Amino acid sequence: MKFLRDLHENARPHFEKGGKLERFYPLYEAQYTGLFTPGDVTKTASHVRDGIDLKRMMIIVVIAVAPCMVAAMWNTGYQAQLAIASGAAPLDTWQTWLWTAVGLPFDFNNSLLCLLFGALYYLPIYAAAMFAGGIVEPGIAIIRKHEVNEGFLVTGALLPLTLPATIPLWMVMLGTAFGLVMGKEVFGGTGMNFLNPALVARAFLFFAYPAAMSGDAAWVAADFTAVDSVSGATLLSQAAVSHGALEAASWWKAFWGSVPGSMGETSAFACLLGAFVLITTGIGSWRTMGGLFIGTILMSLVFNLIGSETNAMFEVPWYWHVVLGGWAFGTVFMATDPVSSTFTARGKLIYGFMIGVMVVLVRVVNPAYPEGMMLAILFMNMFAPLIDHFIVQANIKRRLARSAA
Amino acid sequence: MLEHYLSLATKAVFVENMALAFFLGMCSFLAVSKKVETAIGLGTAVIFVLAVTCALNQLLNEALLKEGALSWLGLGNVNLGFMTFLVLIGTIAAAVQVVEMAIDRFSPELYNSLGVFLPLIAVNCAILGAALFMVKRDYTFGEATVFGLGSGIGWAIAIVAMAAIREKLRYSNVPEPLRGLGIAFIVVGLMSVGFMAFSGIQL
Repeated sequence: MKFLRDLHENARPHFEKGGKLERFYPLYEAQYTGLFTPGDVTKTASHVRDGIDLKRMMIIVVIAVAPCMVAAMWNTGYQAQLAIASGAAPLDTWQTWLWTAVGLPFDFNNSLLCLLFGALYYLPIYAAAMFAGGIVEPGIAIIRKHEVNEGFLVTGALLPLTLPATIPLWMVMLGTAFGLVMGKEVFGGTGMNFLNPALVARAFLFFAYPAAMSGDAAWVAADFTAVDSVSGATLLSQAAVSHGALEAASWWKAFWGSVPGSMGETSAFACLLGAFVLITTGIGSWRTMGGLFIGTILMSLVFNLIGSETNAMFEVPWYWHVVLGGWAFGTVFMATDPVSSTFTARGKLIYGFMIGVMVVLVRVVNPAYPEGMMLAILFMNMFAPLIDHFIVQANIKRRLARSAA
Repeated sequence: MLEHYLSLATKAVFVENMALAFFLGMCSFLAVSKKVETAIGLGTAVIFVLAVTCALNQLLNEALLKEGALSWLGLGNVNLGFMTFLVLIGTIAAAVQVVEMAIDRFSPELYNSLGVFLPLIAVNCAILGAALFMVKRDYTFGEATVFGLGSGIGWAIAIVAMAAIREKLRYSNVPEPLRGLGIAFIVVGLMSVGFMAFSGIQL
C-alpha cells in the first residue's frame, strides 16, 4: 500500500498546476481518490461533511446491481439454451462458434453452462458500454476541467441490463455516449442533469433503432425462424394480445427471472436483493420505491375495476405488473437515481406514486409500447423539479404563517 | 357523450401536446420559462385565450367562413373561406387584448414580468394552431371548447414543468456556448422524448 501511495504522491507534482501533465489532472485525480481517501479539507465557511462521497455512493450502486448482472448472464444463457433444446437453431455468431469450437453442449439444465453462455453475450455488451463511457467521461472531464465522475460506471452498468442480448455492440456504444453527453455532460456533469442518463440512452436507442429494441420479436439469443412451437415473445406482449396468457405462465418463474426479456430486467428477485442493499445503505430512497409500489397497485386495481372487452391488459393484476418487464429493475435502480428524482422527502413519495400510475397507464392504454417503465420514469423525471418547487413553496408558506402567528 | 369529451381533452392535454408533440408556441415557451411563477401566469393566460378563441372561432367558422355557411343570408354560393386566417387571428387578437387589460388591472406584477410576451400571445402559434386544427377536424361547438381548454392546459403544464427544470438548471455548469437558448432547446428535446410515453395512444 505504501508503495502505491508513494507512487501517486511522487507523480502528483506533474499533474498539479504548472506541471507537465496538468491537462490530465482529472485522470490522476480519478485514480488517486479511487484508491485513497483524499486529504482535502473545506477551505471556506462551514459545511456538513459525511463519510460518504459520490465515489462510494456510485460504487455501492454498482455492487447493488451485481445480482442483476449474474441473473442477466444466467437468464440470457438459459433462454438461449432452452430455445435451442426445443428446436431453435443457434444464432450465427462468434459466441456459438466459440461454444461449439470448445465443445461445450447446449444444456439448459446446467446452470453453470447457462451462466457461461450468457456471459458470452452479456460481457461484450457491458464492455462496450464501459469502453464508450470510459472514453466520453474522462475526455469531457479533461476538456471541461472537472473531476471524473463515477456516474458513468453506474450508467454503463445499468444500460446493458436494459438491452436485449442480441443488440449490436456499436449501438450500445452510441447509446452510452449519447446518454452521457446529452443526458448529463451538457448540463455540467453528475448532479446537474435532470434526466437519468441511462434512461436517456435507452430511450435514444429505443426510438432510433426500434427494430433492434422493440419487444414483440424474440429477445432470445437463438434463431427462431426454424420453429413455430416456441414463442420468444415477452410475457408483457403476450398478456397484451391474449386474455389467458398470464394464467398459463408461472408467477414464480417471472419472479426468479427465467422468462424472456431484456437481459437484466427479468429477475425481480435480483432487483429485490439490490433494493435491500440500496435501502440499508440509504442510497436508494424507500419512499420512491414505496410510492411507486402503491401507485402501481392502485392504478392496476382501477383498471381491473373498469375492465375492457378488447384490451386484455386491463385484467392484469398488480402482482403480475410488479414482476413483468422492467418494473422491478426500473423501480430499484432507475427511479431512485438521487439526481433526477425529487429532492424533498414528501416529493419522493409523490414522484414514486406518479411513476407507478404512469407505468400502468402506458402499459395498459398505450398499444404502441408494451412496456412503460422507461417512459414513465423519464416523464416523471421531467416533473420532479416542479414537485420539489411546490413542496418548498408550501413549506415556506407554512413557516411564514407560523412565525406570523 | 361525457366519455367522448373526456377522451378529447386527454388527447389534447397529453397525446397531442401543443408544445411537446407539435412544437407550437415555441417562442414564448422558450422565452417565458425562466421562472415558475411567471410560467404559471402565462400558462393561465394561454389556457383562457385558447378556450375562448377556439369556441368563438368555431361559431364564426360555422356562421360565416365555411363553404355554404352564408346560406342563412341567402348567399349560399358565396365562400368566405379565403378569410379564415384573417378572422381567426382577429378573434385571437381581440381576446388577447381583453386578457391583457384584465391582467394589467388585477395583477400589475404579473403584467410587468410577462412584458412583451403577453400581447405576443396573439401571434402564439399554439393558439392559431388550435384554431386551425379545430377548423380542419370539423369540431362542434362543445368539442371546440373542450379541445381549446385541453390544448391550453397541455401547453401550460409543459411550460410550467419546463420552468421548474430551468430553475433547477440555474445551478448547473452548462458549457459556455450552450448557455441560455442552446440548453433550453436541448431540454425541450429531451422533454418531448419523455412525452412520447403518450404517443400512439388511441382515444
